Amino acid sequence: MISAGFCALLSHWRARPLQLATVIVGLALATGLWTGVQAINSEARSSYSRAAAVLGQNTLERLEAADGRPIAADRFVDLRRAGWLVSPVVEGSLRLEQERVRVIGIDVFTLPQGAAPLGLSGNDDIAAFTSGDGLILAHPETAAALADSGLALRGSLRVTPGDLMADIATAWTMLERQDVDYFLLAPRQPAGLAPLAQIAPDLKRVAPDPQGDVARLADSFHLNLTAFGLLSFAVGLFIVHATVGLAFEQRRAMIRTLRALGLPNRTVILLLLVETLLLALVAGLLGVALGYGIAALLLPDVAATLAGLYGASVPGSLTLRPDWMLTGLAIAFAGALIAVGQGIWRIARMPLLAPAQPRAWAMANLKTSRWSTLAALVLLPAALITAWLGSGLWAGFATLGALLLGTALLLPALLIAILTLGARNARSAMAEWVWADMRQQVPSLSLALMALMLALAANVGVGTMVSSFRDTFTGWLDQRLASELYVSADNEVQAEAMRAFLAGRADAVLPIRETEIEIGGLPVSLYGIVDHATYRDNWPLLQSAENVWDRVAAGDGALINEQLFRRGGHELGERLTLSPGWSQEIVGVYSDYGNPSGQMIVSHDALMGFFPDIAKLRHAVRVAPEEARALTEALTGEFGLAPGNILNQADVKRFSLDVFDRTFLVTGALNTLTLGIAGFAILANLLTLSSMRLSQLAPVWAVGTTRVTLARLEMLRTLALAALTFLVALPVGLVLAWVLLAIVNVEAFGWRLPMFVYPGQWLRLLVLALVAAGLAAAIPVWRLARTRPARFLKVFAHER
Amino acid sequence: MLLALRDVRKSFKTEEGPVNVLKGVSLQLDAGQPLALTGESGSGKSTLLHLIAGLDTPDSGEIRFDGDDIARLDDPQLAALRRGRIGLVFQQFNLIPSLTVAQNLAFHARLAGRLDRDWTAHLTDRLGLSACLHRYPEQLSGGQQQRVAIGRTLAVRPDLILADEPTGNLDEDTGDTVIELMLQLVADVRAGFILVTHSIRLAGLLERRLHLTHGRLQ
Repeated sequence: MISAGFCALLSHWRARPLQLATVIVGLALATGLWTGVQAINSEARSSYSRAAAVLGQNTLERLEAADGRPIAADRFVDLRRAGWLVSPVVEGSLRLEQERVRVIGIDVFTLPQGAAPLGLSGNDDIAAFTSGDGLILAHPETAAALADSGLALRGSLRVTPGDLMADIATAWTMLERQDVDYFLLAPRQPAGLAPLAQIAPDLKRVAPDPQGDVARLADSFHLNLTAFGLLSFAVGLFIVHATVGLAFEQRRAMIRTLRALGLPNRTVILLLLVETLLLALVAGLLGVALGYGIAALLLPDVAATLAGLYGASVPGSLTLRPDWMLTGLAIAFAGALIAVGQGIWRIARMPLLAPAQPRAWAMANLKTSRWSTLAALVLLPAALITAWLGSGLWAGFATLGALLLGTALLLPALLIAILTLGARNARSAMAEWVWADMRQQVPSLSLALMALMLALAANVGVGTMVSSFRDTFTGWLDQRLASELYVSADNEVQAEAMRAFLAGRADAVLPIRETEIEIGGLPVSLYGIVDHATYRDNWPLLQSAENVWDRVAAGDGALINEQLFRRGGHELGERLTLSPGWSQEIVGVYSDYGNPSGQMIVSHDALMGFFPDIAKLRHAVRVAPEEARALTEALTGEFGLAPGNILNQADVKRFSLDVFDRTFLVTGALNTLTLGIAGFAILANLLTLSSMRLSQLAPVWAVGTTRVTLARLEMLRTLALAALTFLVALPVGLVLAWVLLAIVNVEAFGWRLPMFVYPGQWLRLLVLALVAAGLAAAIPVWRLARTRPARFLKVFAHER
Repeated sequence: MLLALRDVRKSFKTEEGPVNVLKGVSLQLDAGQPLALTGESGSGKSTLLHLIAGLDTPDSGEIRFDGDDIARLDDPQLAALRRGRIGLVFQQFNLIPSLTVAQNLAFHARLAGRLDRDWTAHLTDRLGLSACLHRYPEQLSGGQQQRVAIGRTLAVRPDLILADEPTGNLDEDTGDTVIELMLQLVADVRAGFILVTHSIRLAGLLERRLHLTHGRLQ
């Protein structure tokens, strides 16, 4: 009985392969985009935890110099003699083979348990690591990139990409240093030791960081990606819901017969659930494979973005991980169950003698759309209230969710209102019919149109945000990178010689001095600048007190970046303590896009007064732009500077814009994919509706309208609905952009951007929406134009 | 002569082979003349009506409407014929669900570019539809829907009206009322009229009757 019933239910799909394909492709696309995003996030998070676990940073305490400077190597001997189980570590960055790498030097013999590396097995490895051969461990990707460097590299998946793990002696040679950055403290120390505060008062204990800075900083980026994945999933789910709803309605007669023949309703529902799970399994597997492809395609750009924005090292290649694969399958099951939930509920409540109603599905949609309008009228004010009263990233996303869902639910009612208005003003009978027919089609097409509206609104919103950001960023780069050259010396002797060399050749040589301090427990980069027109004329100040530059020059005030200003909740005029005995008043706030950390600027002399040992190696050089290249060559020739030591303003700008563009490449790709899915939603809906449409069009054909005219009107109708949907999506997209710029960006990155509008982009998007809708309508319209009269006649015959 | 059919044949392909539905049908109809066409289910009545309306084409033979061979007309010309000169009334009414009763009544005439508001108002009144002009078809009873379909066709004042089992979906009393009303109105517009029905009783209301059996007229 059960197998016969199941075969009967499945026979529906055999008779309608297109409908089956639509369900599977819709669910696979939804799952694919979601899984792709999850795979990217999973890969990145795994890298962060690897990075956080390097040398047990996530579990081991460390000892650092209180002033943030390197520690003399002989302090190691002092501490060990005092009985403290410490292990020295040195870190520094190097440019090798055009790759910037971080060299980490360790002492394997004193390394505490929990920091144990790294893929060294056996005494031979340890001997090679510590011997003059200098075996160096690196992630296989890094090892491959440095294959021609001449270093004795060995690939190890336990090393973060971009890191080189070496014996401390090897690292000292590579970094040309002889000191230590910090000591790792073994978790268990012998009893009765002299307190560290007594034997090393200049060193401070730093607690382990379980998450890692990068993971914390990049959280918002991943949240953004997840939100996009969720949006794509929702758009895909619209397709499945619409198609499955129709399939259930079409099977009412069959289910009625099965029940009349003695199959219990509970069994029918169980069989429908099994069928759903089978479909979800097939679509889920396809979706996971698709997600893998999407993630593999996008991961290199995401890796570049994370490196550019947060300094995070994420490999550019994807690893198959059970977590995101299983999550992908689970989301496919969940999505399928959500999509069929309503259909199964209706079947469960269907009386045995319920008549088959070909139009019932559309009528039910109409009923649903009334509830949707009510829900929208609750959600939209909720979005407003959340935006007004809420705070934090989650409030931003809640606002976005309520806004998008509310408008999507309101869309059918809005379209019906617009179409009713159009019908009232129609002059010819045909125009009147077209408007009225379009209005009648709205409930049936509403899910696909909602999907299109969400995709369009996301495109307008994200496009406006990215373009506003890019324009602001480009202008900001012009202001911020006012100097023509940025030169770093290898040591102070060379720096002194360089300054003398430049004295007669450059218009100005502006020292850049920097040290790290802490404000409110957060690390802040403190810069010292000299008083010069370069800063006075160009620096991008967002807020400032009177005579701001005079006060900074006099050592009477500090500028802070927007991130520090917003995150710390500071105000102009507030005094901040920079180091014991030295505080400064905030006299200005400047924009500092792309920098995740806090930053502060004070007078050069004041900084050097409190931190006299800061290395004097970096300089900004002002020179006539046309002389910049010649001066670069002269400096390189005179001092033998490495390419990384002398940066041209144009190169830095190009690099920065490149990082920027790659940052939003992923967003753009997800946007386009979402729009593609919405186009597919329309195609799926039109194809499934085309058989129902025939009975609506046949009477108009019978009273004297050609098939070609009907086909043209059908195309016009689809394009008009897409255009109207775009009109609704446009203001929603602009509000979305505002929420992204004014709420989400501030919370996620710490900066607020001005919003610009781009009518050219809207026009392009409108054309794209029309093309997507036109392509989706092309097959049904082509079929309609070629429909044989006999098929129209069947409409009349079938109804007999 | 409004309509002349000569040796019209039509067959359909089926999985069991071709089925000859019409096997050489010839008939003539003058302007303003009513004709009842009876026959059993599957005898080819509706097929014949579809061929006359230009909804389908015969395999062979000739159908002349007002002297023009329908088979030689292209799609736009056939559409123009149905728009202005031939009116159709179906068993299932085939009203346009998205339009109100008033819009449905005027639709065909407006399409043909000859809406006469006084005549339409007169028809509305005669058909007893004045009270439901702003309703949609799904809100009407079967009898009301069929009266709207009749009004829609008559509003054009076509030269020929083809009615395919117009009372087939109505109960006997309602069917009789509808058909009587239809006959009066058809006489008012002096249109040729072919009523396809399997009811001998209804056919008896018309002066001229033909019976179609196994694809041939008797």
